[in-house]
Amino acid sequence: MSAVIWLLISLPLGAGAVLGVTGARYNRLVPALGVAVAVATLGVAVAASVVLPRTSAPLFAGLRAGLAVDGLSAFMVVTVAAVTTAVLAFAAGEFGPDENRGRFFGLMLVFSGSMLATVTATTLPLLLMAWEVMGATSWALIGYWWRRPERARAADVAFLTTRTADLGLYLAAGAAMAGGAGSLDLQALPDATSPWLHVITAGVVVAALGKSAQLPFSFWLSRAMQGPSPVSALLHSATMVAAGAYLLLRLHPLLAATGWAGPLVAWTGAATALCLGVVAVAQRDLKQLLAASTSSQLGFMVLAAGSGGIAAGTTQFVAHAATKSGLFLAAGAWLTALGTKRLPALRGAARTHRLVGVAFAVGALTLAGLPPLSLWAAKDEVLASAHAESTGLYAVGLAAAAVAAVYSVKALWYVTRPLPDDPAAGYDTERDGTRRTARTTPGPLLVLTFAAAVLGVLALPGPASWLKRLVGAPDEPSPKPWELGLSAGVAFAAAGLAWWWASRPAPVPRPVVRWARGWLHLERAAQALVIRPVLGLARALAVFDDRVVDGAVRRVARGGLATARIAGRVDDGGIDAAVGQTARGGLAGARLAGRLDDGGIDAAVEAVAAGARGLGRAARRPQTGLLHQYYAQAAVGFAVLVLIVLLVR
Amino acid sequence: MLSVITFLPLLACALLLLLPRALADRTYIRVWIATAAVDLALVVAVWIDFDPGEGMQYQQRVRWIPSAGVGYHVGVDGLSLPLVALTCLLFLAVAVYSLKERQRVRGYVCLFLFLQSVSLGLFVAQDLILFFVFFDLSIVGMFFVIAGWGHGERGRAAAQKFFLYTFIGSLALLLGFIGLYLAAEPHTFDLVDLTRANPLAGRGPYAGLVLLAIGVGLAVKTPTVPFHTWLPPAHTDAPAAGSAILAGILLKMGTYGFVRIAMPLLPGSWRQYALVIVVVGAVSVVYGALVALAQTDFKRMIAYTSVNHMGYVVLAVGAAGTLAGTDAQARSLAVTGAVTQMVSHGLITGALFLLSGVLYDRGRTYAIDAYSGLAAHTPRFAGVTAVAAFAGLGIPGFSGFIAEFQIFTGSLASQAIATAIALTGILITAALFLRALRSMFLGVPRLPRTVPTGGISDLERTETVPTVTLLAVALVIGVVPRWLLDVIEPASRTVIELVAR
Repeated sequence: MSAVIWLLISLPLGAGAVLGVTGARYNRLVPALGVAVAVATLGVAVAASVVLPRTSAPLFAGLRAGLAVDGLSAFMVVTVAAVTTAVLAFAAGEFGPDENRGRFFGLMLVFSGSMLATVTATTLPLLLMAWEVMGATSWALIGYWWRRPERARAADVAFLTTRTADLGLYLAAGAAMAGGAGSLDLQALPDATSPWLHVITAGVVVAALGKSAQLPFSFWLSRAMQGPSPVSALLHSATMVAAGAYLLLRLHPLLAATGWAGPLVAWTGAATALCLGVVAVAQRDLKQLLAASTSSQLGFMVLAAGSGGIAAGTTQFVAHAATKSGLFLAAGAWLTALGTKRLPALRGAARTHRLVGVAFAVGALTLAGLPPLSLWAAKDEVLASAHAESTGLYAVGLAAAAVAAVYSVKALWYVTRPLPDDPAAGYDTERDGTRRTARTTPGPLLVLTFAAAVLGVLALPGPASWLKRLVGAPDEPSPKPWELGLSAGVAFAAAGLAWWWASRPAPVPRPVVRWARGWLHLERAAQALVIRPVLGLARALAVFDDRVVDGAVRRVARGGLATARIAGRVDDGGIDAAVGQTARGGLAGARLAGRLDDGGIDAAVEAVAAGARGLGRAARRPQTGLLHQYYAQAAVGFAVLVLIVLLVR
Repeated sequence: MLSVITFLPLLACALLLLLPRALADRTYIRVWIATAAVDLALVVAVWIDFDPGEGMQYQQRVRWIPSAGVGYHVGVDGLSLPLVALTCLLFLAVAVYSLKERQRVRGYVCLFLFLQSVSLGLFVAQDLILFFVFFDLSIVGMFFVIAGWGHGERGRAAAQKFFLYTFIGSLALLLGFIGLYLAAEPHTFDLVDLTRANPLAGRGPYAGLVLLAIGVGLAVKTPTVPFHTWLPPAHTDAPAAGSAILAGILLKMGTYGFVRIAMPLLPGSWRQYALVIVVVGAVSVVYGALVALAQTDFKRMIAYTSVNHMGYVVLAVGAAGTLAGTDAQARSLAVTGAVTQMVSHGLITGALFLLSGVLYDRGRTYAIDAYSGLAAHTPRFAGVTAVAAFAGLGIPGFSGFIAEFQIFTGSLASQAIATAIALTGILITAALFLRALRSMFLGVPRLPRTVPTGGISDLERTETVPTVTLLAVALVIGVVPRWLLDVIEPASRTVIELVAR
């Protein structure tokens, strides 16, 4: 049983790693292999969603790596695997044989595998691992065409922004350990003690908002549009950005346990849905418009998570994944064919490339929230949850829904205009277009578009209550008929107004338009408030390190040298001089002693010797050998002896 | 067995010196590779036979200077065995990388063999004086490597600074050791005996002074802020192989000293001054990362990231000494993370320094802005460096994450603010590695003028094999860490118990 879930993760991760390492060597084979792996993964995902496996393995001391597919995860894994398959099938025709296909397909599979691990992880360590690998692969995918410096920089911005938010998860893990949830089980997190409970919640919320490009982190998604369109279709619609919303849906009990987190999350989601919707309206670039709309639509999911609409958020996730990937693929098909993603240049694009045009039209109408298409139903589920929470949230959400209709229709309006006289004048702003769509384009595009149109069935009463049971939220509110009618009316009215007004300039002051077009200048704010101060501090510290810290070491060393020099001087002038003088004194003494030696002692010795010699000589004189003389000597001696005896006595 | 592992390289070194000079350069390196491979195989055998629950194993005691309480005592436990294995692996990698060395190869090989013996000896030493002897000899060996094979005159100046600075640090260490010796009754330098005796329990200021001496000695070697300024010049001007060993092995001698000597032998003072240690660790993390961010020289930048990475270790061991408001699981997690970080940093930074050697070999400069779009000319080099950089910035799937996650999770409970500040370190390292990758490897291809007209060549096999092997081991630890953690965890629990007494 548990083999299914390990296979679900390891198949795309392993195959992706292998394909990535082969690089461009097997370029002809790679697309087929990549799609085959994706299809197999989809099969495993479907199997997993049926058998609902659960497993775990030891990771750290007392902390396990747990994986499980439950009701919520089942929707996620099937959606992720399905979108991956569609996008890879589309990409098989997008990347020419002169590009490094191994790297692209490999990274896409690794990414998909880590997303699957994210939505099935049951413990925080494994979730964090998958979460961060997703970020790293997104860097490599956004910067896939690395020769253009701005693309590489965009990859850096996206990765660093999301990683900034990811620090929240590290913090949450430590706080969970401190707060008594020592197993770091996701289910155990709400049981942590205060104040750690609040730290965990804050960390999780920040990480989720960052990943989902919610306010104030939204700007990275704008930069991420520098990447290839299939990357946007996978990462920036169905998977990576959705991971944040998923985490909030998964950890709703944690949000509920704190009291403050639910409303905070709900209001952030609602604000993002509205503000980024306005940003989308102001865009003149199709991919930028779609990116802003992704932030906005994810805002609805976050709103659902904050107000307890687990089933509603799941429905929105599935419907949006299909819709937005299809739209990104359509934008990518035009970008490949016409070489541009600028809306004015795309006038009439739907007429020249009809199939893509039809798919785009259906996708755009779905995104607009028009009934009976899927996002209309999904959004009403979300709004019903919001309404149960607070009327203010409902009002903001409804306004955001109206804005969604406006930007969707705006995009549609451009691409369905009659073809201008010289359409090619606006083409090829990004790359040299091929002027045709690849053979692999229609299939995935139509499948996704079809799913986008009909997935609204999930919101029908029958399927809806099934879904609610499956994700474990059976008492969630369903939209009332008047709510459905109101949202449909709002969507139609906004769409009609947008269509009618489309050719005229926006009825707001220019600075506001510029502000909205520049993504609320969020990136500029991040630059001014975070990046530049940190870089300045880094440079200042580097100087400090060289001058002060190392300077102190050098001064100590110099001080040591100076001391040594002084010591040397003392040594030379004092000690050595004293030694020299002592030596000189010694020498003088020695000389004196020598002289004394020569003149005194030695002389005395000599004198003694000379005396002895003299005595010897004197002593020789009596030894004449003549008997008469010896006799005389003996007589004298005897006389002396007699004299002495006489005198002494 | 341990003595064989330790002195095998030294034996090979002696043999090479005895042999006639006429041998070819490659022969010397091959002998070195063979020796390192045999040594690694022996360590693998020890690892397989090692029982993590048994504590100190493979012990050997020989009388050495009994009158001074000094003995030849070696042994391994879960703290030292991973570092012994890392030493053998890294030296083997460096040996393969050195196959292209052409400059006075005989002396070069002998020095590295000597350094390997010294490093292994330090990690298995269970006697303070034995530890100290190897500690000092490592400084001597590395001095000659930097001075002899470094980048010219600057290399000699850096070697001198390195030698004097770390030598003074080792003197402080010796002072501390003598302090321990004098306090023990009977006087001894034996680590196991001293650990059991806990001679400085309740000795107040005296114990504090001993910890200060030992702490400063180890902090210089580690290095932590503010004792780190010998590191950047030593790394920048050392040969790539020397940098890899210096960062990968020699720095670990400092951090290993904390868990092997300072924590178990001075538990009371360690707990008392844990906050100081934590602050030093957190400052090293953030300061090292920020200063690295401002560097314009690739190798110098990596050198500063070592300060950052070693800062995590110091933070963790400091937090493990804080008993208030934390359970043993968290503290043991922190120590396990610290030891894992030592291994991980050796693997990843070792690979990064070898790669920076490739960069210098091709372009004759480390300046980041001298290069652009290198990936166009050297795709394999770019790929391997990118993987190493991501491993270095702690991406899951590599050993760095396994280490840092445990450090953060284990430290936050007892030292919440310092740990939260240190968390920003992983963000700053991410920024600096990405910036370096982007400016050197991505964008429009542009080479420095110092590159010869023939262009620039991609990684050769002698460069690919060692770097990819090191990263592969880091990957294995990152994906299936249990085989390593099973060895470390019992030992770190022991350390925690010793600190808590």
